[in-house]
Formats: sequence, C-alpha cells, structure tokens
Amino acid sequence: MILYFLTLVLFVMGVYCLIAKKNIIKKIIGLTITDYAINLFIIIIGYRAKGIAPIMFKNMTIQELAEYGVDPLPQALVLTSIVIGLGVLSLMTSICLRLYEKYKTFDMSEINRLKG
Amino acid sequence: MATKPELISSENPKGMTPVVKTVVRFAMGIVFMFGWYIIIYGHLTPGGGFAGGTILACGYVLLTLAFGKEVALAKMSDRAASIIDNSCAFLFVAVPLVGMAFGYFFLNFPPHGKPFDLVSAGVIPLYNILIGLKVTSSLFAIFLALSIFGRFVSKLVEEAEEEE
Amino acid sequence: MTMQTTYPLFTALPLAAAFFNLLVTKINKKAADYIAFLAAGTLAVLAVLTVFEQPFAYRVGGFPAPWGILLVSDGLSSLMLVIVNVIAFLSIIYSIKYMTTYTAKPKYYSLFLLMLTGMNGVVITGDLFNIYVFLEIASIASYALVGFGCEHEELEASFKYLILGSVASTVILFGIAFLYSMTGTLNMPDLARQIEILGINKAVAFVIAMFIMGFGLKASTVPFHAWLPDAHPSAPAPISAMLSGVLIKAIGVYAIARIMFNVIGPNEAVSSILMFLGALSMVVGVFLAVGQSDFKRMLAYHSISQMGYVTLGLGLGLNPNVPPAIAAMGLFGGIYHMVNHAVFKSLLFLCSGSFEYRTGTRNRYEMGGLIRKMPVTSVTCSIASLSISGVPPFNGFWSKLIIIVALIQASYYVYGAIAVLVAFMTLLSFIKLQRFVLFGQLPARFANIKEAPFGMTFPLVVLAVLCIGLGLAYPFIDQSVLQAARDALLDKLSYMGYILGG
Repeated sequence: MILYFLTLVLFVMGVYCLIAKKNIIKKIIGLTITDYAINLFIIIIGYRAKGIAPIMFKNMTIQELAEYGVDPLPQALVLTSIVIGLGVLSLMTSICLRLYEKYKTFDMSEINRLKG
Repeated sequence: MATKPELISSENPKGMTPVVKTVVRFAMGIVFMFGWYIIIYGHLTPGGGFAGGTILACGYVLLTLAFGKEVALAKMSDRAASIIDNSCAFLFVAVPLVGMAFGYFFLNFPPHGKPFDLVSAGVIPLYNILIGLKVTSSLFAIFLALSIFGRFVSKLVEEAEEEE
Repeated sequence: MTMQTTYPLFTALPLAAAFFNLLVTKINKKAADYIAFLAAGTLAVLAVLTVFEQPFAYRVGGFPAPWGILLVSDGLSSLMLVIVNVIAFLSIIYSIKYMTTYTAKPKYYSLFLLMLTGMNGVVITGDLFNIYVFLEIASIASYALVGFGCEHEELEASFKYLILGSVASTVILFGIAFLYSMTGTLNMPDLARQIEILGINKAVAFVIAMFIMGFGLKASTVPFHAWLPDAHPSAPAPISAMLSGVLIKAIGVYAIARIMFNVIGPNEAVSSILMFLGALSMVVGVFLAVGQSDFKRMLAYHSISQMGYVTLGLGLGLNPNVPPAIAAMGLFGGIYHMVNHAVFKSLLFLCSGSFEYRTGTRNRYEMGGLIRKMPVTSVTCSIASLSISGVPPFNGFWSKLIIIVALIQASYYVYGAIAVLVAFMTLLSFIKLQRFVLFGQLPARFANIKEAPFGMTFPLVVLAVLCIGLGLAYPFIDQSVLQAARDALLDKLSYMGYILGG
C-alpha cells in the first residue's frame, strides 16, 4: 500500500512542478515526472511477492511460470507508454528550442501573445 | 562503413581528449555487439527491438560525442537515418498486411519452429529487427536534429564567441 | 471479400501511406499530393461501404477475444468512420492548393495521415489500451500540425496544447491502469461484463472522474477548454477544419460516449455531470465568441459551444431515470448534431482559409464586401453560418430542435431555456460576422482579389450541399444510419456479446 502512496507523491510532485514553475524546461521535467509516476504505478499493479520475470526458460513448465511469474501485461503497457513518452518529450524539446529562437526566453509568463 | 583513419586518430583536434577516444574505440564494438545481441535474441530473452535499438542509438551518440560529428555522420548520415527510419516503419506495417492475406491482420503466418531456437517464433524476430533499426535511426536523427542541425545551438555558439 | 476481412485497413493504410510518402518524396516531391489523395480517397470509399455492413468484431492476429485485441464495428463506429474519412478527404483536396503557401508539404501530408490513423484507430478499436495508444498518435500529430507554421503564436499555441494534452493523456492512462488493477482485463466488452458484476463502487467512480477529466480535456468541455481557442486558429486552415470538425469528436466525445454507455452503463450521476458540463460549455463558449475579432478564433469558441449541445444530448441519453424513449431522443439529437457540426464547422474553417488565402488577414473587421469578389466562398460561408445558428431549412436547426424538445419532455426546463438562448446568441454572432465579412464596404486594397482556385472551392461546395441536403431531406429520409448509431450506444448487452464474435 505504501508503494501506491509513494507513486501518488511522485505524481503530485510532477503536477506541482508543472503548475508552479514558469520556466518551460522545468515544466517539461514536471510532465516527465508525472509520466514516470504513472509508469511506476502500472508496474506495481503487476507485482507479486517473490515473483520472477514472466519469460519461459528451458526446463521450466507452464505451471511454474503461472505460479511464480509476475503479470506480463503491465510491463508491455509500460513499454508502450515509455515509447509514447519519448515521442512527446522529443516533440516538446524541439518546440522549446523553436520557442527560444523566436522569443529569446524560456519564461512562460513572457510568452504571452495569445490572449482572450 | 569504413571511416578514414585520420578522423579517428587521437591527433585529430576535433572531439574529446585522446583518453576518451581510445576508450571509446575499445568500447564501441562491444556496445554495438550488445545492441545487436539484444535485438536478435529479443524473442528468447528479455529485451527486444526497442531496448536494443536504444543501445545502438546510444552507441552512435557516443561516437558523435567522442570524435565529433564527421565520424558519426560518415557512419550514418541524417539522410540515411531518415530513409532507414521510414522504410522500416513502412515494412512494419507491410508485414502484418501480408498476414492479412493469410486470414488475419498481424497473423504470425510463417512456421513457428522449435521453441528456444534462434530462428523460431515466426515473424517476431523480423519485427524485432525492423523496430531495432527504426529506433536506432530515429533516435539518432532526433539527436542530430536537436543538437547538431539545430540553428539554436549554432546561434548560441556565435553569441558566446561575440561576447569573448 | 467483404469489409469484415479488410477492417484493419482503416489504421494500416494511412500509417503505411504516411511513411511511404516520406520515402518517395526523397526522390520526387510532387508525389506527396497523389499519395495523400489516393490514401484518403480509398479510406473515404471504404468508410462509406462500412455503413452497409452488419455489426461484427475482428480479432487482430487471430487471437481469441479477451486475450487478443478486438476491433469492433457497429452503427456508431461506422458513422464516425464516415465523418472522419470523408472530411479528411475533402481537407486533403483543399490542402493541395492551400498548402503551397507553406514549405515542407510532404511532412505535412505525413502528419495529416498519422492524425487520420490515430482517429480511425480510436474509432474502430474495442480495447481500452488501444484507445490510449491511438489517441496519443492522433494527439502528437496534431501538436506538430498546430505549430506547423513555426511563427510566434503558432509555437506558443502548440506548446500550450501539448502541455494540456499530455496531462490529459496521463490522466487517461491512470484511469486505464486503475481499471486494469480492478478487473484484470483491458478488452472493452469484457470490461463491461466485469463492471456489471462489480457495480459502481468507489474505485469505478474514481476511474469515471479520471476519464471525464481526460477525455473532457481532449473534447474541450468548459473547465478544460483553455487550449482550444489558441490551438485551432493557429493551425493551417485544413487542419483547423480537421481539429474542430473531427478530432475533438473522435478522440473526445466518441471515446467518452463509448466508455460511458457501453462499458460503464447508464448512470444518473455521470449523466448530470455531463449535462452540467455541456450546458456550461454552451454558455461560456458563445459569450466568449461574440467579442472576438479574429475570424478563426471566433469559430473556435463556437466549437466549444456547439460541442456543449452534443455533450448535453449524450448526458440526457445516459440518464436511466427519464423514460427510455425521451433519453433515446436526446441521444439521437446529440449524435445528429455531432454529424452536423462536423459538416458545417469544417466548412466554416475552410471558408476562413479561403478568405485568408486571398486577403491575407483573419481580422473580420478588416474585411468587407467580399461577396462581390469571392461569390462561391461567400455563399457557402453564409450557408454554413445559417446552419450553425439553427435557421430552419438547414441541418443545424433539426438537431438543435430535437435536443431542445427532448430536454423539455424530460422536464429539464432550465437546460432547454439555455439551449434556446445559446442558439439565439449564435445567430447574433454569425449575423455580425456576415455583416462585417460578406457585406458592407469593400476595402480599397481588396479591389483586385479573385475567387479562390477550383481545388479550394470544390470541397466547400460539397460540404455546403451536405449542409442543405442533411437539413432539407431530414424529415423525409430514412434515418436508419443515425438510429443504428444510437442503438449501438444504448444496447450494452450486445456490445458485451462482441467478446464471443470475430
């Protein structure tokens, strides 16, 4: 239970960083932290005490795998989510570079041409 | 893939110090071999296309950092990276479409072989190799786009030189 | 050889075309137009063919249902496929001429096709995690497309949209993970069965809250709307048409309707939340729209307001306490308005693109008298304006009327009054638009402008004919397509049955 709580703490830290910081690089870091908090949460769902990696090896029966292996689906989900996070992160970084090129600042409160 | 020896030599002023260059020259082969091992054994052991591709891309990034961009671009230019990236992604969609001819989209149509053999599991090793190549080239292309070809960086360098 | 065997083409074809396009244009830049045109055209034809199919489920890879990924085709998904692909096809035709003002056209088409992949994927899938993946594909492509011009405003809008959109995706993923930890499945028909057994306990209620926030942000209902008025006007005009006309429906409203109706089931609390959010969106959107000087920004605010009608209709349909016939009527109105909004809002955005292409401005106070110089664009623009403001013979009138009548019959008098008021405010706002853009004094510097080229007027005319056709023919035609979509949502039992099919 404490593990779930800790991922929640991590998530809230990320959201705080996203809201409170004005620097857009820090906002990106905050967003990445929230992303990883969710990934950690999904991994913990699949956890079981004294589990093994859900991979068949030679001289291992299906029953043994079912008895000791952790749930493989959350790991597949996390891998997909990490790849998506990578795509979003690289897009965000490149938009950041372009923004710096145009506005000469990383401060979100000075990037305010759109209003209303 | 041959690189001119004078580019790699430790007397070349581009890149980092001779210590780094020497270590990287030893480490490079191991990094690439490990990356390909992870990709090719992806259907038998932990790992697979994405993990191995990331290792390979990190190898290229290491080359760029240690020897300067000329060496890395001689191994894989930005155009080559883009072509490999797109063709692997296209093939990755095309192979399931071949499976559709056998009945279902994403059907594992070739014979599966014996479990725990290197050539087994039907199309899955093929997917792993395609993904590995795609991840390598696209991560390296992202690295190039953000660092070397970014006008932002060259401007920063110019500004820094002006201040000096 | 039927649609049943080729159903995955809706995601595979645009995805393959997107990457093939980037390969071929390394050799020949002209090919991009043809590849995008052919891919979108094929998809539009396939989508229209899907309407005539009976509902079915498709097993990806041949794996049986709760373990493999299931693609589901029923009334609602085929209706959505038609909207998405037909409007995408028309936008591609429009782009061929319009996008010559931008550089990097091949990359534009690839991003466009990726966005189409994502939207089609969300619509056809029957797997909750697949919804997340395709939603992210569509969203990432749209973030890049919003910032495609790479100017100050566009980059800023894109960054705002990116941050808020990523928060929404994170929240949706959290909800999905939570649901998985409770039920141990991600297959939506299977989930529906599991939730039937569990009942709506506190954990499911938490997941519902997460989904309403996440998908509500993607659909830009009011408390989560801040990104839309920046993002939609900043994109190139065909992309604005896609974003406002289709994207917010496919990855926002469709997903929320599918999950709330078919997976979780009718529920009074969810219904009242959705109806409240819908009414709030209607009012806030329309009041903010009236004062805008930027043509496209005003249209973006109207999108928020019109999507409020759809949400209101869906919310009414979700309420188990009103008589089923009235709930079904509200839902029918919501779905019908969704179709109509896709048609007239994409038409309006394409018109604004044509005006901008010739006059070079988006400020509506700087235009005027354009009906003498650009007759086709102006006439189609006024047809769309009349449609969106609900003037009788056009399509917007009927869907609004159905929603309002259903609200009154279900004794939601306040919401009914709000809906009528918002319809009048919309009319006021669009009369003002017509007065400043189409009629009035023609500024001297626009004396020499010409009508937009044929490639740009053709999609406008098609959409305008659809506007009139859907409206005039409404009382007479057989409404089986829309009714099939409504019945697909109301029939949770047969949705659960898809787990056996395929």
